[in-house]
This record gives sequence, structure tokens and C-alpha cells, in this order.
Amino acid sequence: MLIALPPWVPMVISGFVVLNVVIGLVTYITLLERKFAARMQSRIGPYRVGPHGLLQPIADALKLMMKEDIVPTAADRRIYNLAPIVFLIPCMLIFATIPFAPGLGVADLNIGILFFLAVSSMEIVGLFMAGWGSNNKYALLSAMRAVNQIISYDLPFIFSALVPVLLTGSLKLGDIAAVQQGSLFNWFIFYPVIGQLAFITFVVATLAAENRVPFDILEAESELVAGFRVEYSGMKFALIQLGEYAHMIGSSFLGALLFLGAWSGPGPEALGPVWFLLKMIFMFLVVTWIRWSFVRIRVDQILALSWKALLPATLALLVSTAVVVVWRTGGF
Amino acid sequence: MLDQNTTTRVEMDWSGPERLQMNMGPQHPSAHGVFRAIVTLEGETVVAVDAVIGYLHRCHEKLSETLTYAQYPSIASKTDYVAAMTSEFAYVMAAEEIGKFEVPKRAQYLRVIVAELQRIASHLLWLGTWCMDMGGALGGGATIFLYCIRERELILDLFEALVGARLLYGFFQVGGTRYDIPDGWAQKCRETIAVIESRVDEYEQMLEDNAFFLARARGVGVVSRELAQDVGIAGPLLRGSGIDYDLRRNAPYSSYQDFDFTVPTEKDGDCYARYKVRMQEFRQAVAIIRQALDKLPAGPISSRPALKSVAQIRIPKGEAYARVEGPRGEVGSYIISDGSAKPYRMKWRGASFSNLAILPHIIPGHKVADVVAIMGSVDPVFGEVDR
Repeated sequence: MLIALPPWVPMVISGFVVLNVVIGLVTYITLLERKFAARMQSRIGPYRVGPHGLLQPIADALKLMMKEDIVPTAADRRIYNLAPIVFLIPCMLIFATIPFAPGLGVADLNIGILFFLAVSSMEIVGLFMAGWGSNNKYALLSAMRAVNQIISYDLPFIFSALVPVLLTGSLKLGDIAAVQQGSLFNWFIFYPVIGQLAFITFVVATLAAENRVPFDILEAESELVAGFRVEYSGMKFALIQLGEYAHMIGSSFLGALLFLGAWSGPGPEALGPVWFLLKMIFMFLVVTWIRWSFVRIRVDQILALSWKALLPATLALLVSTAVVVVWRTGGF
Repeated sequence: MLDQNTTTRVEMDWSGPERLQMNMGPQHPSAHGVFRAIVTLEGETVVAVDAVIGYLHRCHEKLSETLTYAQYPSIASKTDYVAAMTSEFAYVMAAEEIGKFEVPKRAQYLRVIVAELQRIASHLLWLGTWCMDMGGALGGGATIFLYCIRERELILDLFEALVGARLLYGFFQVGGTRYDIPDGWAQKCRETIAVIESRVDEYEQMLEDNAFFLARARGVGVVSRELAQDVGIAGPLLRGSGIDYDLRRNAPYSSYQDFDFTVPTEKDGDCYARYKVRMQEFRQAVAIIRQALDKLPAGPISSRPALKSVAQIRIPKGEAYARVEGPRGEVGSYIISDGSAKPYRMKWRGASFSNLAILPHIIPGHKVADVVAIMGSVDPVFGEVDR
């Protein structure tokens, strides 16, 4: 007979497990990205550490841990030291609401998607702290750009993520995934016209929210060297990197859940999480593919794209989705 | 540090409250060597730029006074190390002009072949680094860069087979060339230029169908026809601003009059026009190499007798200026000879040095990101700027 555990114990355990899985995922998804990019550029990529470079991420992590931790003399020490953690926490928190299979997740909140979107834009606080606290002109410019960009792209991001919410009629991520089960054509990406448009705008907004090329004006190493993290080294740099990739993985999970039917797929139900993982990797590779094929666009062009094109488009899409939903449920 | 009286600032009329002075270089990912730009920013907009050069000065002109006419050509290649053949070419031409040396026809054709191969190699490196300036080392720019490096490698292999070196050659000598092409080299060269011709088409498709690339290159860094003439820029920059001027056609040297080629020009004067000019120059260079290989005459490769000592060639008293059309524009060398085995005085005219003077005129008013794009489109090589 099992001892009755207080309800918070499984929550803590599952949270711990998810956190560690995410960290493991991050280390290996960087290897995947490097291999993928290498293939695009007719190179081999990491190959020396372990068979086919499989131990490369571990070597990288060890290297970063052993590096000297440098704090610039002119930096605002408290803000500078706190920034990587403030940046990392929201990037990790977004995994809390994602159900990896029916009922398998940390907390499938009723307002799951709202929580996800709200928390994921909190990373800007850490970003700005890093940029400001470094007391470096490149970092400061980068932080300014970060605020500009996140404000501009969060609205299109939210609007395109709300299209599946409207189609489902629930903010709970578990419900959104459940509606898309059964057939391939239940996936929202195959919803006539609206689904595809929403998917495209979602990918574009994700690119911007994740600071990937062509929207990586925060990092912009050709003009700002490394942007907000130019002064960071060692483990603090690793934390920022970890947060960034965790955010990318989280957004890819969200995209796979909202548009690609989450854990639906052939085979027994136990394979659900595997399908979900594969779809996440697909989303990630789409982003990576775009990243390694485009040149970066300028800050004013990024803002113009958001406010003049993406925002009106997603708003119109959201309204038309609402009209379609009402019409299909016989509301008129 | 910078004397305000001696530096001219080109500023925009702006009454914003706060300005930020930011230092880009000499150690910066997009400094293209060791360029230092002190930019004054209003938010993201550049209002003034101070260009500081001189970090790579190696006393080349003084050095040439200590080296004989047989020794210096291989050192001359170190002025512009991206297009090493060009500066060797200019040096030996000036020496030949004073000494009235006859250059055999075969040597002239070989010189044209390596000069045009060098143009392709240099433009490939330019395209790669320029895209990297715009697209980042962690983005699409790096992809183009690696493709370009892959093709440049083919040309370096050709040079290696010819000379034994991959970067700094010493192929030229006063009176001709030092090496003849080895067996099978001409065939290998034909194959290589065929590959490059097809790859240039690929790059054009990849870049010109890309809205982001066009957004970054079109209308950025416009150099008007008048400004181009006033500042005295040369090469693809000049032709990008609508001035139809190319030394290979306007003042033919080394039998360039034997070949049939066109001089591409564009009207707009922006980064995209400079890009278009260089892309067409790839094709023209390929066409010239093909013709030169077809018509390559037999005969000696040098009129210079074999030497027992490096100080054996002496050039009569006199002075001459010789110029060639390098990948970056007019590269000239001025030699004053006092009749000994070494020049009395030698002066370089570097194309990058003159082209760089355009930057303070066109950068103000652009965003920070455009600074690197414009700088990349000018294609400076700092070995040639500082010398």
C-alpha cells in the first residue's frame, strides 16, 4: 500500500524531471543545430569529440564551467550577476504548462497558453538587465533593440497563437492538443486557409521572439560584436545560452502543439511523447533552416515589418477566425 | 587623441538630445582587418564617423628601397594580400617601363591569366565577407561565406600548382614571369573557371531572390556620380556609380587589347550596384581567362637572363608610374631609379586607400547595421591601405 503523499510532492518531482530533461535536450539540440548548419554549408561539423562528435556538447559544457568568470570593473555588479538567472527562469518556466502526453506534464493549467505567452516575454527583463548592467555600449544598444523587438513581436506572436485557441474554444493546452487527435486533418495546420496563414505568422513571430537570424539584431555580431552578452563569460554565458535555447525548444513545443497535433501519430498511445518530440525537432529545424539561409535585416526594417505588416495581418486573421468559428457553430 | 581641427566631420542636421560615441574597431568582427571607425550615434542613427587608419603600417615603401628589383616583387604581394598578384604586377611594370624591358607575349598572357584568376579569388572573398557583415557569422551570411571560400580554394589550388604558394606568390619578375604553367594546368584551369561560372549563377539566384538581402543592399550607401569623381574612388565602386572607366580597356597593358570583354557599369551607386558590378566582373574575368588560354602563344616566359646574384639586374636612371586594374581599382607604383639595383624611391597607390575616403561621405544618416554593410561593399584590404 502506498503512503499517501502530500499533493505537492509529485509536482516537485515532475518539475525536477522536466527541468533536467530540458537541460539535456538543450545540450543535444545545439549539436543537432551545428550538424544541420554544417551540412547546409558543405562542412562536416563537430566530429572530433566522441563518435561523430556526439560528446561535443559535454565537452563544451565542461569548457564553459572551467572558464574564468570575468566581471568588468565598470559593470553594475549586482545587476550584472543577477541578469543570467533572471533571464533563465522565465525560459525554464514555460515548460511548466506543456503537456507532453495526455496528463503528462507539470501543470496543465486552465489558462496554460496565457501563462506560456506571459512568462516567455518576461525574458526581456533579464535581457535588459544584462545589457544595462554590463556597462558596455554594444550591450546597451543591444538591450535597447531587445526592448523594441520584443514589444513589437509579442503581439503578432500572441495573435497567431490565439487562432488555435479560438478554434478549440479553450485556453488549456491539453484541450488544444486533444482536439487535434485522431486524423491528420484534425491538425490545425491543415485547417483551411486560416491554419496555414496562422502557422506562417507564428513561425515568423517565433523567429523574432527567439532572436534568430534574420531577426537576431540583439546579437548582431557584425556590428554589436555579441550584443547584450558581450561581457559575459564562463558559466554566466552558459546560463544565457541555456536560456536562449530553452526558449527556442519551448516555442518549438508550443508550435508543434498548436499546429501539428501535439502527440497524435500512428502507433500505440505510448509513442505519443516521441511523436511530440519529433514534431518539436521539426519546428526547431524549420527555424534553424531559416536562420542559416537569410541575412539579418535592419532594426528599422524589423519594426516596420512588425507594425505595418505582421500585426495588421495577424489581427485580421484573428478576427476572421472568430467569424468562421461563430459561423460554423451556427451563431449567426 | 583625435585633433578636432584636422579631422573633418560630416554631420547631419539633427537636434536630438543625446549622442553616443562608439568605437568600432580596430578589433571588431567587421573591421575587415584593422579599420577603426569612431561613430557618433543618435539612437541607432549614425551622425558622424571618424575613420582611423594606420594600424597595419609596415613601411613598405621604405622597405622597397632596401630590396633589389629581383627581391621586392615577392614582398610587394604583401601590400594587398587578398590580391597579391596585382601589386606584383604594378611593381614589375614600373621597373620594366624605366628599363625599357621587352616582355615576351607568352609572359604577358600568363600575367593576364593570373591577374584575372586573382580578381575572381578576391571578389569571392569579398562576396563572402560582405554577406557575413550583413548576415552574421551565425546566419545566412556564414553560409555564403563558406560557399565562396570553397570556390576560392579551387583558385588557390591552381596558384599552388603554378607557384607553390597559396597566398603570397612571387610569380612576377622584371622582364616576364618566374614560372611557366605546368603540364595539365591549362585544362585544370578551364575546369575550375567552368565550375566558378556555374556557382556564380547559384549565388545570384540565392541572393537576388532574397527579399532580406535586397532590403539590406538596395538604396544603402549611395555614391553619386559627382561624389565618386570628387573623392577619386576607383574600380567596381566607380563603375557602380555609373562611370565607365576601366584601365584594362582605357589604357591597355600586358596585351589586354587582344581580348574581347565588356566593362560592366551600374547607375544607382548603392551597395546593390557595386554588388552587381562585381558579379558581372566574375563572368568577364572568366571570359578573359578562356581567351587567354586559347590564344596562349609559345615562346620564352621572360626576357631577363638567368641571374647569379639578386643585385644583378640594374635599371637605368629614370622614373616611371605604372598602373593596373586590380580587383579593388587602380593599383599604381611609382619608381625612381638611380641606376643601381634598388629603387631610389618607391610609392604605392593603393586602391583600398583611395576608396576608403568615401566612407565619411556616405555613412552618416544610416543605421549602425548599415555601417558594416557599406564598409563591406567598399571592400577595403588594410594591408593595402596602411602598407
